[in-house]
Amino acid sequence: MTRRIDHSEAASRFIKAKDHAEFHDRRLWDLRGKRDRESAALPEWEELRTLASGIKDHALTHLAEYLEEFERNAIANGATVHWARDAAEHNQVVHGILAARGAKVLVKSKSMLTDECDMRPYLEARGIEVMETDLGERIQQLDGEPPSHIVVPAVHKLRGDVARVFSEKIGTDPAKSDVHYLAESQRGHTRPYFLEADAGMTGANFAIAETGTIVVCTNEGNADLSVHLPKLYIASVGIEKVIPKVEHLGVFVRMLSRSALGSPITQLTSHFRRPRPGQEMHIVLVDNGRMERLGMADFWYSLKCIRCGACMNTCPVYRRSGGLSYGATYSGPIGVIIDPTFNLRKFSSLPFASTLNGSCTNVCPVRINIHEQIYKWRQVIAGRSQLPIVKQEAMRAAGKVLASPKLYRAATEAATTSLSVMPRAVAYNPLNAWGRQRELPGAPKYTFRQWYLKNRAKSSSRTPPRGDGPGSKSK
Amino acid sequence: MKAALFIPCYVDALFPEVGIATLELLERLGVEVEYPLDQTCCGQPMANNGCERDAAKTEALFARNFAGYDYIVTPSGSCTHHVRENLTAIPQTATVQRVRRSTYELVEFLHDVLEVREFPWAEFRHTVGLHVGCASLRALRLAKASEVNEPAFSKPMALLSAVKGIKFASPKRPDECCGFGGTFSVFEEPVSAKMGYDKVADHESAGAEYIVSGDMSCLMHQKGCAERMGSKVGFIHIAQVLNGARR
Repeated sequence: MTRRIDHSEAASRFIKAKDHAEFHDRRLWDLRGKRDRESAALPEWEELRTLASGIKDHALTHLAEYLEEFERNAIANGATVHWARDAAEHNQVVHGILAARGAKVLVKSKSMLTDECDMRPYLEARGIEVMETDLGERIQQLDGEPPSHIVVPAVHKLRGDVARVFSEKIGTDPAKSDVHYLAESQRGHTRPYFLEADAGMTGANFAIAETGTIVVCTNEGNADLSVHLPKLYIASVGIEKVIPKVEHLGVFVRMLSRSALGSPITQLTSHFRRPRPGQEMHIVLVDNGRMERLGMADFWYSLKCIRCGACMNTCPVYRRSGGLSYGATYSGPIGVIIDPTFNLRKFSSLPFASTLNGSCTNVCPVRINIHEQIYKWRQVIAGRSQLPIVKQEAMRAAGKVLASPKLYRAATEAATTSLSVMPRAVAYNPLNAWGRQRELPGAPKYTFRQWYLKNRAKSSSRTPPRGDGPGSKSK
Repeated sequence: MKAALFIPCYVDALFPEVGIATLELLERLGVEVEYPLDQTCCGQPMANNGCERDAAKTEALFARNFAGYDYIVTPSGSCTHHVRENLTAIPQTATVQRVRRSTYELVEFLHDVLEVREFPWAEFRHTVGLHVGCASLRALRLAKASEVNEPAFSKPMALLSAVKGIKFASPKRPDECCGFGGTFSVFEEPVSAKMGYDKVADHESAGAEYIVSGDMSCLMHQKGCAERMGSKVGFIHIAQVLNGARR
């Protein structure tokens, strides 16, 4: 049976590395602040969110039509279109394309989808060298870690960590942690690969049906080098990325980078439409659970996600636990509502790694009701008996006590001399987690109800209109 | 005007003074308050953990206790939110729907229904940091959330501003969640406590002597953190301040 991710335990380790934890929180909160300022500069911001949400609603409810339109146009442009049912099929298709052309070196830009498909180890095991060319993604690749954030993959690292990784892996001076030096070193290290690579790869931020175009938004120029230099270009595209028309792109482009980094737009918004002469262009359209998600009444809205990461930046839990604590490709609030569709048991603790504060929903540029979906996932997880036994039992017991005025009063009123029952019911846990870093509230001399009976005892307070079996009678 | 008073379980058992202040405040304002004696809880603790089925009987009891009232008032944003948005484990009869529609959080009841703007008996000569709990802020929309682009407003601030002598300190992250989150506080204890410590520190460095909130559960958590941190910040529910508590 799959092991359940223990988010709390992983978060605990993250928090113990104090400098890292504080920097992580500050850095991402800073992005949230920039996002606030940039979005506030557009008076129509909230209207744009509604518009973006509506476009995604429409595209997702007409997905088959737009995907076929996209395919027709992409083929007319000279691209080859492949369909992959799942991650395994995606990897086979990509490997098939590379192997048939004898490709040995693949340069690629950032793509969450290829991480989702675990493509790199698959290709590497088959003798293909894969070079991540996005700086953050490359740092993570060299360090043998998955990205911890969908936009800023190495945000949990301090520059000292990067200096260590680079010195070990690409021979930089371990004493130098100057960011310009490190970035320049990575650049110098990567450039030859662009020239030598047999193939280039990107993900896609958007796929436009009416033109058959792949749109990739980046800040480093590495995607463009990956596409333009090699003779072979492969784009991996999740099927939910399709939007109907070019005119819709403007809505998303105005919101993507403002939401993600608090900058008005990414340095590059590249439209890859057709292979240049002598080049081959392949597009792999990947399902990998998306159609199934589309059929889930409470959760299909998560497919609107444009992967801006704003929900992660604003999430107080994500900021303090780090992306790797989620043990999944997608972390933070959006991860919490997507990951259980991949493996309910494995990711069953993630929807509980939330205070349901709702800030994620408010920053989402496509108005995904993230915190409401988190609440709904909790119902699904408990309904399928995937709660830890201790919690399941505590809830059953609490439900019994709170449904009976008699038991409730016995619990609350008897407890006034010792510790009151509520922290015990709420904090019921063999390790008494509440008191580890917090004081317990003191037990008052009387409950409100007892005070009320003593001070306001009069006939106006009434009993329920109908009986409720045992415990329903007021005393 | 007649209203039923719902005192959430944790306020009843742990913070009776908050219930008393709520009752007295409503009485001062001329509301005829009834307190159904068989009330316990709204069902939120179970439902928030995914255990709607375990919440059903508690929700049914809540609906029976409060059936027929035009106004059900409670000093808790998160309980109000549960009743309004998530009390769905039981059949949605007309009675249940009416109970859900008629439930108000104290601040919104004062601000929107009674439209009170003056509390001549209230005086609180301290610098306070206002904590609007997340359900109060984002679900009940008692104030503008910092991430939403709309004109600024704050109902709790509008009420507190009428209190004599009160001063406000603004933390750097005014509406960052404090990390209570119900059982999140124990099942995600490390993150919860870190959030609580950060919250208290933010208010303290802004110069707050007291943290005031309409949500006692947030305050219980923050107070627990503050005491362990050795912080001198005090905690008080908005009902107490508006009812004229002195410190």
